[in-house]
Amino acid sequence: MKQNNNNSFNITFYLLIVPVLIWLVFMIVIPHAEMLISSFLVEDDEGEMIFSFANYIEFFTQKIYWLTFVKTAAYSIGVTLLAFIIAFPIAFYLSKVTSKKNAGFLMLLLLIPLWVGELVTVYGWIVLLGDNGVINHFLINIGIINEPITMLYTNFSMVVGLLYMSMLFMVIPVMSTLQSLDDSLIEAACDLGATKWDIFTKIIIPYSMPGITSGAIIVFMLVIGDYLAPNLLGGKNSLWFTEQIYNSFLQTFNWNEGAAFGFLLLMLSSGIIWLALKLSGQKLDKVGT
Amino acid sequence: MIRSLPSSSLYRISYVVYVFLFFTFLLMPLVAISVLAFNDSNFISLPWNGFTFDWFFSSTNERQGLFADEELITSIVTSLSTGFFVAALSTLIGTLAALLFEEEQFRLKGLLYFLALAPLVIPGVILGISILLTATSAGNHIEDNFGLDVELLRPSYWLVILGQFSFAATYVMLLVSARLKKFDRTLEEAALSLKATRLEAIWYVTIPFLRPAILGAFVVAFILSFSNINTTIFLIGSDPTLPIDLYSRIRFSSTPVLNAVSFLIVVVISGLAFINFFANRSNK
Repeated sequence: MKQNNNNSFNITFYLLIVPVLIWLVFMIVIPHAEMLISSFLVEDDEGEMIFSFANYIEFFTQKIYWLTFVKTAAYSIGVTLLAFIIAFPIAFYLSKVTSKKNAGFLMLLLLIPLWVGELVTVYGWIVLLGDNGVINHFLINIGIINEPITMLYTNFSMVVGLLYMSMLFMVIPVMSTLQSLDDSLIEAACDLGATKWDIFTKIIIPYSMPGITSGAIIVFMLVIGDYLAPNLLGGKNSLWFTEQIYNSFLQTFNWNEGAAFGFLLLMLSSGIIWLALKLSGQKLDKVGT
Repeated sequence: MIRSLPSSSLYRISYVVYVFLFFTFLLMPLVAISVLAFNDSNFISLPWNGFTFDWFFSSTNERQGLFADEELITSIVTSLSTGFFVAALSTLIGTLAALLFEEEQFRLKGLLYFLALAPLVIPGVILGISILLTATSAGNHIEDNFGLDVELLRPSYWLVILGQFSFAATYVMLLVSARLKKFDRTLEEAALSLKATRLEAIWYVTIPFLRPAILGAFVVAFILSFSNINTTIFLIGSDPTLPIDLYSRIRFSSTPVLNAVSFLIVVVISGLAFINFFANRSNK
């Protein structure tokens, strides 16, 4: 009987692990190994693929490539900071200020743009920000301006689009850590004469740090890997590194160069995420929840 | 500052104004496209020229409404069926992964769990290109050695499904795991001591407990698939999904039919969200 039971445990274990292994090995491990290998291959004069660092050398010697890389990293960090500044008061409002019932409804409004999808919302911003767009029309009609302001196809519109699609991912984790913050801590601080600023910097921010880290990591990852907002809302000068990858793959068909760019982007994003986790002492599995 | 504490009215009012502005910012693009979907004009934005259903139903040469545009309808159908397969596949594998990581102990568990979470922090573009590279070189290999042309290994409908599945399964796993953490393990032990096999215990006890989370995860996976573009754009073959079709229209030929499609998506999504919201509320 005991033996039989052990067998059935083993069967269950293999039924669970085999499909999961197939997923992880064939869809995650092998593709990334393949990408790394491809990035070290170039075609020689006879059309044979040979090992070479040429794709990486190309990246470091062509100013446009590494400049885009640095710009993408800097903008992504900037957008993450902005997302924190804009989203934190909202997360605080939803978890601590307004009633539960209101919070539920506002939460729903917050989620709708996410479910609608990035493409539709990016398109919405094109309609709003264009020279003949809704906002310029409105401003001209009420007489604030005479000529339309150029907003679309600039760094400004790109940042608006990036913020819009990523902000929510800062609100939710911060909100869920704040929900577990005991109100009496704030009340006690207030009774003892702490100012709002003291309460904010000494209680609320330290307490919500795990949520802020999770939010920052997700926002950063989404922004640095985004393609639509820089491509559709950004101008000629707002080149994003993902667009370089896209061009290598689908326009110049230099897949090996594209693989090298992809690997560099992966290193950049995981490097910064690793740093954020180390600095805050968090684990990756906390980010997911 | 918080509900239980008094604060100055200036503070309270400015806070409410900020929240109001934030939600205006949030809803502005959705409201704008929804209203302009009914604008009797050939341009995507203002001025307002009067109300029309042309961008839904008209089928003249000048104005191709949404329901008269076969290309658009085809891409919507493609997206729906892709979403269904992605949701089914990732719900299955994601649920298995949740059971595996929550209930089993084995060597290299930490490493496997890390890999399962990796799609959360890998940009979608990279998943797209790495799967494209792998599928293409595997396809070339098979063609050179066996003379077979495997459609799955070229940019195609099925490769898109595999690509979207690769990250959707992670989200399913997280959603199901969250519910599994609340599961009272003694129920499973009771079933085992009543001579159920491990499989029977999972099937008759654990899975019914997980059902709401599994259903929710299916919907999430469907939505992830339906709106995905970063990964899909590299894997797409000859049948574009809706986001890919809309993307090329936005870049090359914007007409208000884009407003109509967007309006439809906004209405369907908000409708589902509100139904879900009020159903949950009345359950409580």
